[in-house]
Amino acid sequence: MLKKFNSFLFFLLAFSNVLIAQTEKAAIDVMRSNGKIYVVMAVCLTILVGLITYLVLLDRKINKLEKEVKP
Amino acid sequence: MLKQSWWKILSIIFLAVPFTAGFLIDVPEPAGVPLQHTIRNLFFHVPMWFGMMVLLLISVIYAIVYLNNPNEKYDVYSTAYAQTGVIFGVLGIITGAIWANYQWGQPWSGDAKQNGAAIAILIYLAYFVLKNSVTDDKKGRLGAVYNIFAFCMLFPTLWIMPRLVESLHPGGQGSQGNPALNPKDNTPTMRLIFWIAVFGWTLLATWITTLKIRLTLLQNRIFNN
Repeated sequence: MLKKFNSFLFFLLAFSNVLIAQTEKAAIDVMRSNGKIYVVMAVCLTILVGLITYLVLLDRKINKLEKEVKP
Repeated sequence: MLKQSWWKILSIIFLAVPFTAGFLIDVPEPAGVPLQHTIRNLFFHVPMWFGMMVLLLISVIYAIVYLNNPNEKYDVYSTAYAQTGVIFGVLGIITGAIWANYQWGQPWSGDAKQNGAAIAILIYLAYFVLKNSVTDDKKGRLGAVYNIFAFCMLFPTLWIMPRLVESLHPGGQGSQGNPALNPKDNTPTMRLIFWIAVFGWTLLATWITTLKIRLTLLQNRIFNN
């Protein structure tokens, strides 16, 4: 069992160089089919939602302040 | 108008479009053209400039209104729109430098439009220095007059000079056409999303500006009481 695992590990290490090179070369082409563009989209949407939330809270706070000062 | 919600909600709806469809739609990828998917920056980098131009236009209009009718309110409006306009300009330059780093090889190439934009921003930064260095009674008039000069300087720096020389920006072969947008890079869908993005970003900038205006007016009212 251990011998089999060792030889598998050896195989993985020996060919990892080739495997990684393949992934990098193909990375640009498969950017979308790997779903990676969705990661960018999710990041940007998070930023947008965060910004909008901040603005809404700020808007409400100013509304409150204006009501206090006005009368 | 400043406190109404409908146009703020509209800005959120409009902005949702470039942030979703902008990433998901197909973009032209002609062979040999290195632009590829970075063209999606069309929905983010370019609206910063369109937004800046609209905001600075509103700022100069309020500056002129202030000169005709020296109500402090108009000075506050004019300054706030100039502030958000400059922020958008700075964001445009930074995002442009990021895009240029990977597209043109370096973040600053001395491209005519890059230099022009930097000069335009510096002129507006001088506007804020001027306003902060003057005592209260003259501040409004001096600021408003300089605002008009600064706005007029946008024309040679952003639109005239870059079109007279070779430019790295798309469409910039010699003095032909528009050195910023190349119709071959876009599809009609992209153009639609682009205009929606422009509206969305400009409305968002206006929202931020109105919050700044309301806060400044509140502070002035409390200070004067």
